[in-house]
Amino acid sequence: MKNIKFLIAGTLFGIIMFKSEAASWYRIQEMFRFQAFHMYGIIGLAVALGVPMVAIIKAKKIKDFAGGQIVFTPKAWSIPRYLIGGTIFGLGWALSGACPGPIVVNIGAGYAGYFIVLIAAVFGTFLYGLLKDKLPH
Amino acid sequence: MQPWPWYVSGALIALIMFIMLFFGKSFGFSSNLRTLCTMCGADKYAPFFQFDWKTQSWNLFFLVGAGLGGYLAANFLTVDDYTVAISESTITDLSALGFSTPEGFVPASQFGSEAMGETKNIIILALGGLMVGFGARYAGGCTSGHAISGISNLQPASLLAVVGFFIGGLLMTHVLFPLIY
Repeated sequence: MKNIKFLIAGTLFGIIMFKSEAASWYRIQEMFRFQAFHMYGIIGLAVALGVPMVAIIKAKKIKDFAGGQIVFTPKAWSIPRYLIGGTIFGLGWALSGACPGPIVVNIGAGYAGYFIVLIAAVFGTFLYGLLKDKLPH
Repeated sequence: MQPWPWYVSGALIALIMFIMLFFGKSFGFSSNLRTLCTMCGADKYAPFFQFDWKTQSWNLFFLVGAGLGGYLAANFLTVDDYTVAISESTITDLSALGFSTPEGFVPASQFGSEAMGETKNIIILALGGLMVGFGARYAGGCTSGHAISGISNLQPASLLAVVGFFIGGLLMTHVLFPLIY
């Protein structure tokens, strides 16, 4: 079953999100109040390692496990799309205390409230799909 | 097991990104929300959902794994009477809003099963989720896709999206929280 490796990667991700407390509503509040380095350290270090990682993969043309080229898709520039979309996301991130990955991690951890958050997030994505052509991109 | 410090956590998140690239995929979680819409029949309502969701099934396995990881960590990899150790100033700010002293991983008053009967609370959870789902797709990605993958690939669009994440997060925390709670 070729998808089992993604299940394992996801499990590792879930454990990291919990053990790092990046999926904790408390930590997200602390982050948006600038009262601890913790979340900035996590995201900052991930990016500090990610930038040279991507640069090396590109420069050395490192292949994936199946021998295929690892491709990075550039994101087309737009101001309204990222600024407005990002701001709406940020409002929801602070209110629910979780971005999409941690919503699912919290459900696994046994917090029933995040099931409502997940259903609403799926519905929010559906609304976006309906309104997509009417929104500035 | 005690919680992990930021430098262990940050390095492991970079490792996850590398694993996903090595598996020939990109690290981005919120695409799953679109896939779930299509699986529920949203393709009948908008062309945005007309794609073969089975091509994204690998990411759904990642999603199920994330839930499993949360279950394993919360039940088998945590000390007894575990509480997230946030700073004193955050505890003070939250108590001014009416939140009790932190207990556990997230406030039970908002996310615990006992809080599922309160209308105001349900509205908070639903609005939060709605904005996360809508905003992530509008912005073309969430924290994993933009803040981690996109910025690692030096994408200006991702940096702008993260600026947006913070504008929204700061607005919610500092302006709207005192009105909501």
